Amino acid sequence: MEQQLPTVETAQKLGVTPEEYDKIIEILGRKPNFTELSIFSVMWSEHCSYKNSIIWLKTLPKKSERMLVEAGEENAGLVDIGNGLACSFKIESHNHPSAIEPYQGAATGVGGINRDIFTMGARPIAQLNSLRFGNLDSERTKWILRGVVKGIGDYGNAFGVPTVGGEVYFDPCYQTNPLVNAFSAGIVETDKIASATSYGVGNPVFIVGSATGKDGIHGATFASEDISEASSDKLPAVQVGDPFQEKLLLEATLELIASGNVIGIQDMGAAGITCSTSEMSAKGKHGMEIDLDKVPCRQAGMQSFEILLSESQERMLVVVKKGTEAEVQAIFDKWDLNCAQIGTVTDTQRLHFYHGGELVADVPAHDLVLGGGAPVYEREYEEPAYYKAYQKFDITNIAMPSDLSEVARFLLTQPNIASRRWIYEQYDSMVGTANTSTNAPSDAAVVHVRGTENHLVLSVDCNGRYVHADPEQGCAIAVAEAARNIVCSGGEPVAITNCLNFGNPYNKHVYWQFVSAIKGMKKACEKFETPVTGGNVSFYNQSSDDGPVFPTPTIGMLGLLEGIENRMRLDFQSEGDAIYLLGEVKNDISSSEYLYAFHEEKASPAPYFDLDAEAALHKATKMLIRGGLIRSAHDLSDGGLFVALAESALVQNFGFEVSQPQELKAKVRADAFWFGESQSRILVSVAADKKSDFEAALKDFPYYYLGVVSEADGYMNIDGEDWLSTSKASELYESTLPEALA
Amino acid sequence: MKFGIIVFPGSNCDEDIYQALQHIGGQVVKLWHKDTDLQNVDCVVVPGGFSYGDYLRSGAIARFSPIMQSVQAHAERGGYVYGICNGFQILTEAGLLPGALLRNNNQKFICKNTYLKVATTDTLLTHGLDRKRTYKIPIAHAEGRFYAPKELLAEIEANNQVLFRYVDAHGKQGADANPNGSLNDIAGVCNAKRNVFGMMPHPERAADARLGNTDGAEILKMLLQKIEA
Repeated sequence: MEQQLPTVETAQKLGVTPEEYDKIIEILGRKPNFTELSIFSVMWSEHCSYKNSIIWLKTLPKKSERMLVEAGEENAGLVDIGNGLACSFKIESHNHPSAIEPYQGAATGVGGINRDIFTMGARPIAQLNSLRFGNLDSERTKWILRGVVKGIGDYGNAFGVPTVGGEVYFDPCYQTNPLVNAFSAGIVETDKIASATSYGVGNPVFIVGSATGKDGIHGATFASEDISEASSDKLPAVQVGDPFQEKLLLEATLELIASGNVIGIQDMGAAGITCSTSEMSAKGKHGMEIDLDKVPCRQAGMQSFEILLSESQERMLVVVKKGTEAEVQAIFDKWDLNCAQIGTVTDTQRLHFYHGGELVADVPAHDLVLGGGAPVYEREYEEPAYYKAYQKFDITNIAMPSDLSEVARFLLTQPNIASRRWIYEQYDSMVGTANTSTNAPSDAAVVHVRGTENHLVLSVDCNGRYVHADPEQGCAIAVAEAARNIVCSGGEPVAITNCLNFGNPYNKHVYWQFVSAIKGMKKACEKFETPVTGGNVSFYNQSSDDGPVFPTPTIGMLGLLEGIENRMRLDFQSEGDAIYLLGEVKNDISSSEYLYAFHEEKASPAPYFDLDAEAALHKATKMLIRGGLIRSAHDLSDGGLFVALAESALVQNFGFEVSQPQELKAKVRADAFWFGESQSRILVSVAADKKSDFEAALKDFPYYYLGVVSEADGYMNIDGEDWLSTSKASELYESTLPEALA
Repeated sequence: MKFGIIVFPGSNCDEDIYQALQHIGGQVVKLWHKDTDLQNVDCVVVPGGFSYGDYLRSGAIARFSPIMQSVQAHAERGGYVYGICNGFQILTEAGLLPGALLRNNNQKFICKNTYLKVATTDTLLTHGLDRKRTYKIPIAHAEGRFYAPKELLAEIEANNQVLFRYVDAHGKQGADANPNGSLNDIAGVCNAKRNVFGMMPHPERAADARLGNTDGAEILKMLLQKIEA
């Protein structure tokens, strides 16, 4: 053991509070040495322990008949999709690394989330991402955006899993602290599911994959503090990704799991060897003896804590059945990957780490982990003054623009609305030959599950502006929008994963946002029967310059679609089709892109939203799709009805002739009708000869006839006026990102 | 027709082309890059992906794999070899196909549908295709700009070695239709002996009605027809 024991000041530098330091002494029955203190500091960091969020996360619904693994039990959630198959899916943040080194930060985010999927034995088949940046006109934002997109593309493209969807928002609140959330979904046969556990005294413990280097040390701690100018000094805390190694590791890991020799396996993400050894041991109620000298390292002379905390990418910890060592070695030799036995399983329930022949750390596994001895805090929260102030917004104080076509042109070029083509064409969206949305765009990605008639229907959603204005309603809307996207695509919502991006939890107002958002998520998930399978909490998304980011609880939703014939696309199909709006229309422009960007009015509540109306809308839409009564369905979101019309029209360059229904003219302002973002509405098109069937089928459900799809390369005609030509609309819609990023 | 698909470390379209060829009725096996036995296949397929990570230059390392010795010999004997995307890059690096694939002129990875016109029907791969129509086939690459020095390019054209050219949806050539800056809008070529083919677009990604595009299956089917006819 090292003689010089660290002080409480050292502990604080590592992010351990004096109270936590005392607790460590109590657990060990003595003062920790530096290596042990480092182990506790990362395992008890916010990132690994969820100490400031777990109380509230536990209130979320977790159960459904399809759930094979509940939230927090394994590296990712696991949902039964029938045919002896399960879907493992999860979303995770890589915000702070991406703020400092956008390319590697985003790339390793993609690598990390995919390892979470294949460590369970599942082959990833689809990726999505959810991104937030500052002002598009700032050079820093452009640098971050270019780097993040290239990082996601280079890693995902080489790894060979398609990026099938995502979302991007720009707002000054993300200027210093961008958000990079990566989602992956994979498929596993239910009899080949691997677990992150460890048991069986004498079973060998292997480290496989890349060699261990000095990158990413204290990355978990770094993720657990505010971002600042000094953060760029933390560059070594950012890891470097190698998608080629990850691809080999994927193939070798799946081959290893299929061999049936694996007891437990866990990828090394945050806190590297420390986290994987302690979590697997705690889960299996065993211990481990690990010899750090046997860990393949990139450089000589690494210290014990560096090997233990390294977050070098593309590594796994594996416990296999004793006697199968040679088989394990052969698989990794085949794929030219490192594979080294570094220890054995013991019955001590403690982790003993040896280095240079000496015992350098002796810690109980259970006390390190979430659900074990890791601290759990109940934080104070308080409603901020802005919340009530925003509620006082009055639409009558907003002047009606004299020319609404000007608003239409303005919105099509807004960074939050304009085409994302510049981004998504840099991602391989087709590898795997399963993405059915390439040639039939839909609100959610529809991805075929090979060998079955089943499809995953996937969407990531969150409007942070809505959540900021009203965290409870805003977060419920995020869940509703994800479900609406899935329903519009023909799918049935099944479960969610969440990535909870918030500011500093020690700030009472931030914590109020967090608590309120969880409440909103809970009620929406209960309504749609979409339990939470897991995810990730990312606090400390704030900077001294910009304050906390908008609370951004990104929802990644999994839906299922049995049979491609029930898939629905978002684009208009032919001239003469009737255009209808499903759902009630409100005189509401709150928190809309129109109000926020055109009028520059930031203080308004979340848009109108009613959970029951939303659920009824989903039911009606599913009935219309199953009945073959509609030809396209597109949900109304940013930019409201006009933008939805334009997006449905522009895919095939159709024009349209639509009017605000007479009966709505008295109660809904024209700007609210065309640009408002009140929730629970879907734009559909109907073949001319199906109109009466369509109307009869809806009975009491509210709907409005708007007009017709007109000829291709024509005009967008609204309330009797040609607002703009389809070619002009297309030019405006497609120009913003390429011009800004050229 | 028996196909053998080479799996390099980093190949990621091997399973896709495997499925597509099986779907159209081909007999298909996978060949491991460390082996040298081609298992008596008629056509070796070098699939897309990022062989060895493509960190040096696309395809630059893969050509030194043990199996590539056997592929060279197979080609010299007149056997068919077909490279798609990274496979095309590997075959040019190996000297089995003329020219080189350089970084796209926009310096970015591009994944999207492109449209192709058949430039010659005097090869197995293109013999029954329709020269009057366009084929919608997606691309996904960062290094797909076909380049050859002036004299070599003239020779490729004079010998009718261009298989496909990029066009727009209406069949017109031009800068807007060329996604990567390839010389003469070239999307695919064959060797002088016309038994080795390479193309950047991915026909296997357009070979399943479920994906809403089967133009690629029509191209792949050419490989079956002549031998079985």
